[in-house]
Amino acid sequence: MKGRFLEQLAIMLGRAPGRPAINDEALRIHEMKRLSKREFEAMKQHARDHRLVTNKWRNRRWAVLIAVNLLFLVSFWLDIQMLEGALTASRFVGFHLIDLNSALQVMLAHKHIIVNLFIGTATVFLLWAALGGRSFCSWVCPYHLVAELFEKLHLALAARKLVTDHEFHRGARTVFWLVFSALAVITGYTVFETLSPTGILSRALIYGPSLALGWVALLLVFEVVYSRRAWCRYICPIGLTYGMVGTLSPVRVLYTLDKCFHEGDCRKVCLVPHVLDMVIKGRAEAPQVPVGPDCTRCGLCVDTCPSGALKFDVKGLSKLL
Amino acid sequence: MSTDDNDDTRDAPAPAPANARRKGPPVSLKRAQEARRRFLRSVAAGVVVVGAGLAGYIPVASARSHRLRPPGALDEADFLASCIKCGQCVQVCPVQAIHLGDITEGFGIGVPIIAPRQQACDFSCDAGQCILACPTGALSYSKPAYMGTRKGARLSRLVVLKAKAKDPEPTLNVPERMGLARLARPEGCLALQGKGFQGPARGAAFTGHMRYVDVDRWKPIPVADHPYDRPLCDLCVTECPIEGAIRMEPLGGEGPARARPVVLEQCIGCGVCEMICPAEPAAIVVDARQTWGNEA
Repeated sequence: MKGRFLEQLAIMLGRAPGRPAINDEALRIHEMKRLSKREFEAMKQHARDHRLVTNKWRNRRWAVLIAVNLLFLVSFWLDIQMLEGALTASRFVGFHLIDLNSALQVMLAHKHIIVNLFIGTATVFLLWAALGGRSFCSWVCPYHLVAELFEKLHLALAARKLVTDHEFHRGARTVFWLVFSALAVITGYTVFETLSPTGILSRALIYGPSLALGWVALLLVFEVVYSRRAWCRYICPIGLTYGMVGTLSPVRVLYTLDKCFHEGDCRKVCLVPHVLDMVIKGRAEAPQVPVGPDCTRCGLCVDTCPSGALKFDVKGLSKLL
Repeated sequence: MSTDDNDDTRDAPAPAPANARRKGPPVSLKRAQEARRRFLRSVAAGVVVVGAGLAGYIPVASARSHRLRPPGALDEADFLASCIKCGQCVQVCPVQAIHLGDITEGFGIGVPIIAPRQQACDFSCDAGQCILACPTGALSYSKPAYMGTRKGARLSRLVVLKAKAKDPEPTLNVPERMGLARLARPEGCLALQGKGFQGPARGAAFTGHMRYVDVDRWKPIPVADHPYDRPLCDLCVTECPIEGAIRMEPLGGEGPARARPVVLEQCIGCGVCEMICPAEPAAIVVDARQTWGNEA
């Protein structure tokens, strides 16, 4: 299991998923699926015919994302002081909350940490360590929502063969993380904040539109015409920071091998399909496999899976119940 | 729906490319080519994104000292480094003197700026609410000792707020100045010309706010709602929120009485004089970050 943990970290940092050693129980299930192929095909068809089209998790997620960002907005505009500040740093009814990547940039650039900064950072660290790390991306980050909408446009154009998705090496994000950290230390400025569409969108929403939105628009155009979800997939160091925080998180999506028909619908909707490598036929190393830390816990795969092989799970809690 | 890309059993290795020295499992030519293109694309993206980030240095280098920051701001480089770009200072300011830098500010994006001619900080909050709100210490009552202080930036003593003059604790606990006022265009100054001033200081359309203790100590009102009538214009002196920061020096000579505003050491650089000056453009301005004894 320890080997798997390190493997998952390496995959998040950019390594391509390999073929794991498969345990005996999982092997039996894999073989059973091949032995009764006709039956398996029939079951597959049945599941597809009776599948429930649902957007349950997506709707919940959008509601949370919009609510959080609106809370920032109304706190300021109605002066109700619930959630003051922007996503980079805020105060929730007085408690300091500091975005981990912004905190990192400030600490590296400024090289001086005051108590409030430490408290806010520690609070947010514990919060997202509990809630799944990259769940910040899909459940809170405003750029994620905007990019998700423009992704639909990209997919529609791609279906008409007007655009094609150009992949980048996923390790690029790790390099960006290191480069932006190094730049903060060397230059003494929070270089990444100049580019961060998360900060730009959050501030624009609260304090009014800015020219910086032009940069965000540029990113969206790039994602539509050239590379699907490029910023979130290959560039954004915020995602990697929260991904690291989420490595030990109990909240994750759990894959159940014997329910899976290996259709691959989940990988088609996923922002980070490399975390769903176990759904490939013959790949799952155990009857149940938790999805790795790069997963944003967005729930699109859970919604789209026709057979219930992918489910949200809280480690320990399910056993307890 | 195709399942080809989702079936490990069909994912058999393709024939090995000609290059036999290659280590690892054999890869098809097409895949090797795609991997190479992907790598080159990634490098190009890296150069573009990091380059765009570093371009943020250009406005910082070219306009380092031209921005008036809120009270208690660290020195410019430290300030840009420590500010987390959240705008909590914007939210607490009772006169909304603070706005955030745009992407044209480079590394100063999201960093608070005061444009005193539009809306100066008049210390309506009495205490520096923006400093209290700052989560990172970018705005700070007392900066860490190791940062040092530029000569003349530190006030000789804590300034006394006129509005708080009768309070047991009349001082503003900000030890360094934001900048320094300067009579930049004496030719525009009404007092120097011996002229008075009647009406709203900046016209009826001006949106800036200020608190007038004799109206309401706790509620700033629009400057446009508070017309003046002065036989000799002295708004920069009377409206200054600090005691002993600026005074009128009468000039002798023939004709109508004339006077010159003189900036004193207690000037903290808040910019109220620049906001209130009825001359267009303002005769008196604040030089951000300017220190006492080093004026140009």
